[in-house]
Amino acid sequence: MRQLIAKRLIQTIPLLFFVSIVCFALIKAAPGDPVLSFVTPNMHAEDIERVRANLGLDKPAYVQYGLWLKELLKGNLGYSLVNHQPVAALILERLPATAGLMGCAILLAVILAIPLGLIAGAFHNKWVDKLITFLSYIGISVPLFWLAILLIYLFAIKLHWLPSMGMRTVGVNSAADVIKHGILPVSVLAFSFLSSYVRYVRSSTIGQLREDYVQIQYAYGSSRWIVLFRHVLKHVLLPIITLLGMSLAELVTGAIVTETVFSWPGIGSLGMTAVRGMDYPIIMGITLFSALLLIIGNLLADVLYGFADPRIKSSR
Amino acid sequence: MKNRLLEVENLHVSFHTREGEVQAVRGVSLHIDHGETVGIVGESGSGKSVTAKAILSLIAPPGEITHGDIRFAGESLRGIPERKWRTIRGNRIAMVFQDPMTSLNPVKRVGDHLTEVIRRHRGLGRREALAEAVEMLRLVGIPEPELRVRQYPHELSGGMRQRVMIAMALSCRPELLIADEPTTALDVTIQAQILDLLKELKAKTSAAIALITHDLGVVAQVCSRVIVMYGGMVMEEGPVEEIFYRPKHPYTQGLLRSLPKRGGSSRERLSPIEGSPPDLRSAPKGCPFRDRCPHAMAKCGTMPPMVEVGEGHRAMCWLNDTDAQSDDHAGSGTEGGEGNGG
Repeated sequence: MRQLIAKRLIQTIPLLFFVSIVCFALIKAAPGDPVLSFVTPNMHAEDIERVRANLGLDKPAYVQYGLWLKELLKGNLGYSLVNHQPVAALILERLPATAGLMGCAILLAVILAIPLGLIAGAFHNKWVDKLITFLSYIGISVPLFWLAILLIYLFAIKLHWLPSMGMRTVGVNSAADVIKHGILPVSVLAFSFLSSYVRYVRSSTIGQLREDYVQIQYAYGSSRWIVLFRHVLKHVLLPIITLLGMSLAELVTGAIVTETVFSWPGIGSLGMTAVRGMDYPIIMGITLFSALLLIIGNLLADVLYGFADPRIKSSR
Repeated sequence: MKNRLLEVENLHVSFHTREGEVQAVRGVSLHIDHGETVGIVGESGSGKSVTAKAILSLIAPPGEITHGDIRFAGESLRGIPERKWRTIRGNRIAMVFQDPMTSLNPVKRVGDHLTEVIRRHRGLGRREALAEAVEMLRLVGIPEPELRVRQYPHELSGGMRQRVMIAMALSCRPELLIADEPTTALDVTIQAQILDLLKELKAKTSAAIALITHDLGVVAQVCSRVIVMYGGMVMEEGPVEEIFYRPKHPYTQGLLRSLPKRGGSSRERLSPIEGSPPDLRSAPKGCPFRDRCPHAMAKCGTMPPMVEVGEGHRAMCWLNDTDAQSDDHAGSGTEGGEGNGG
């Protein structure tokens, strides 16, 4: 097990290197010029070139990449082109907001998805199943920004129950205030995660209920609920673990759309601003960070698999 | 009717499929007495497993028990609520299934399977249940049971897993143990071990055993009475010696002829029963064996009656109907039984 983890972590290095090259190339290939955000209509061409040189953007792309990589190996993610703050500090500053938002949403989604999926699977093709499946289709097919705007309209504008944007009311510094601001974005995200999780749990449940051991449990006097929550539950955790491993990256990179709609001061909206301004050090930083977390998340899922299913552990 | 533990009367089970109603069991009547070992034999699709599942009311949709009564210890089990069923299943009637590789939940420890059943039916605490589980595993001949309870099913061989299933079945001291082809999925040597175990446990416990199998050799080894099923019906039933030496139904005779004989010349050909079992989607009106029967006659188009042909020996064939036939035909059956006693 320890060997497996070590091996996987070493494999991460070339992978991240590759990700950074592709990401850098794509940014350079994209139309637009970061210098334009510093340009005012009455600037001279020489001034523009000076700005370009100051930012190091006059050099060929591979030199720029080389310089970026050199700094990275020293542990420096670079500085924002726009406000010259260190990228690492910018990301870390916004991490709690995003991690909190996504953590709550994912946790809520998992807690609800497991019983709902089990019930839908157990009552396969009955009305409960049809209702749950129908709602999950809605969650998957409705665009998040639309749902977000709908909720803002309903709960913020019509009912005045909840704030529509930001994370804090200006001048107020309390946990209750943050929670109040979080309810709408968390609901939107949780609904979206829940919808796909439920479908995995449901189909896994349907598959498990066809297994022989389930029949045998009934033959030994188990009730439907005991079969579901004592025997099938552990099997449906497997797809959930995979999904959670993949969402570790989302946990920090956030939902760009949702954060933007709710003006949530997280990494998602940081990335959005960076993309608009062609602020490539920030884009690179966020991409690398999320790639790293995706890899770690998958590794973590593989390790956890062994705990959920003893057959996997012993085959290693 | 003394000593009856289980009585099944005119049981009908149907499966409602897209191609129509499949009548898997068509009027089965049988009984099992306290403490006896009964073999239920028949080829695949004869309705023996379905009958067993129906006894425990484990027929799931699209299947349905359409008719008949099942009485256990004098009490009818038909239509009793699910909650009451849960106090019977695994407790008073326990079942061992065909494939030990899939019978246990792969993510649960061996011990958990046993303690769950023991705690449910016997109301023991966690620790006592575990001690009991260890004892049960020891009883069924599993070495180092203290270690095994902590292992997962995949760490045990097929034979060991079947022993675990038998331990689980016996853990609540059931009055009736139904073993549905318990040795079919196992290697021959392991089959013999499991049969020996059943015989040994038979001597130690008072449970009646219904052993479902398609292997007449197995029946000869452990059973005292045999029920032969075909096409969802009971063809013949009687004491094991009667069935083996004086079979009265052409199907039983055919089954016995298709067995290899010990001591017979190695070049001797087996004579299989030609043809295949009837399609139960449109079950024949008359005798289900008619199309494959060497003695078939016009009368077989109507359902033959169950005729008492000896002490506790009944067969469902017109050949045994004294009004219809002289006894010459029935005599031919004895050939099949030669040398099959071991």
